[in-house]
Amino acid sequence: MEAFTFYLTSAVTIVAMIMVISRTNPVHSMMYLVVSSISMAVIFYILGAPFAAALEILVYAGAILVLFVFAIMMLNLGHESVEQERSLLTPGIWTGPSMLSVILLGVLGFIITGESPQSPATSVSPKEVGVALYGPYLLAVELGSMLLMAGLIGAYHLGRPLLKKD
Amino acid sequence: MTMEFFINDILYPLLNVVGVLVGAIGFGAVTIWIERRMLGVWQDRLGPNRIGPLGIGQVVADMIKIFFKEDWIPPFSDKVIFVIAPTIIMCVAMISFAVIPITPEIGVADDLNIGLLFFLAMMALGVYSALLGGFASDNKLSLLGTVRAAAQSVGYEVYMGLSLMGVVMLADSFSIRDIVEAQEDMWFVIPQFFGFLVFAIAGMAESHRAPFDIPEAETELAAGFHTEYSGMKFGMFFVGEYVGVVLASLMMAVLFFGGWHGPFLPPLVWIFLKTLFFVLFFILVRSVLPRPRYDQLMAFGWKVMLPLSLANLVITAGIVLAMAD
Repeated sequence: MEAFTFYLTSAVTIVAMIMVISRTNPVHSMMYLVVSSISMAVIFYILGAPFAAALEILVYAGAILVLFVFAIMMLNLGHESVEQERSLLTPGIWTGPSMLSVILLGVLGFIITGESPQSPATSVSPKEVGVALYGPYLLAVELGSMLLMAGLIGAYHLGRPLLKKD
Repeated sequence: MTMEFFINDILYPLLNVVGVLVGAIGFGAVTIWIERRMLGVWQDRLGPNRIGPLGIGQVVADMIKIFFKEDWIPPFSDKVIFVIAPTIIMCVAMISFAVIPITPEIGVADDLNIGLLFFLAMMALGVYSALLGGFASDNKLSLLGTVRAAAQSVGYEVYMGLSLMGVVMLADSFSIRDIVEAQEDMWFVIPQFFGFLVFAIAGMAESHRAPFDIPEAETELAAGFHTEYSGMKFGMFFVGEYVGVVLASLMMAVLFFGGWHGPFLPPLVWIFLKTLFFVLFFILVRSVLPRPRYDQLMAFGWKVMLPLSLANLVITAGIVLAMAD
């Protein structure tokens, strides 16, 4: 049962991702990206990481992608962008990268078939995640927060009201 | 399959799910009537009082009207997204009810160990309804409403999440059932008063209720993001808003006012009374407060709500840590 739900969700994720790159309307692509991040949350949940699953939806689908859609909407990419995207999707452009990706897919398949993947027997509770983050991984959390702080100051600098020079 | 198995493992959970869903939608629909009558009371006029006893048949009349209206899809709209958008708000509001324990016996998946995060995640997804509805309408007023809705929702989600972390610390769990059980001796509104304050305001902003209805401010934007909607699709936005009000009221009762705990009366009556109290509170706020300007709302959020919820978080964490030793 668990394997079935896992493969079904994985299939949804992959199809959604293919739709993301093949749609010509940017908002439609974003919708598929939201679907893929929700189905990724389901995969996290099945693999025993409910906390990561909740954060995947809360942070990615609920905040970051909302801002993406927001930005796309503000740019008002109309029919010209659909035409432009369509011209980008001609076979001449995507065959090269696809060939290279197929090689990577082959390598991945070779690695995976080597040993059978084990799904963890236990699920990790939010508390354990917190203890791990503020215990052994404290340095990573601090570095991450420093990076965010830098981003925040940068955004403030860009968004500040321009001072009038007399 | 024995009879006992059938009752315990199939019939009982099914009744539970159907009961919670019907209860939520029913309460949401009746809230529309309660609001119109109570607004009448507080604004010194009558409100709908003609159909049925006390005018409660108005709900049915509105439903019939909304079903028979022309369900128009503008030719310039993005049709698929236009149709999907109103369903999102209904879906996320209904799914959120699954993680809330109504009484010790009633509740669908109320022991989920990430229950509270699940609720916040669903709230976060609810933004897409306004966002996509406004985008698909391809209309200037809708777009303006959508821009406001997105900025408001993303901002107020942050304070909503932060205001609940104090409760999580005191209850030592993300499971909403554990949170209710931890309030047996003392309701969390006492140690977490500022958390409650921020949550109540953020809950109001999340459901786009007046005075936070600037995404659909009718004096400026026609009807904001749902200007182009009519018939049942508008009905979805409308009922979705009221189900959201019931959801926010229920969450306030469950997280800060002890959920089903209370003397004498059975748990179901207590949770109903507490929820009704907060629904009336929502309506009272709507009837007395004017709508702020958009920049006032955003400034209030980032300059008052965020520092308040952060201070509440730090002080609660300090006290919990000191008490632990």
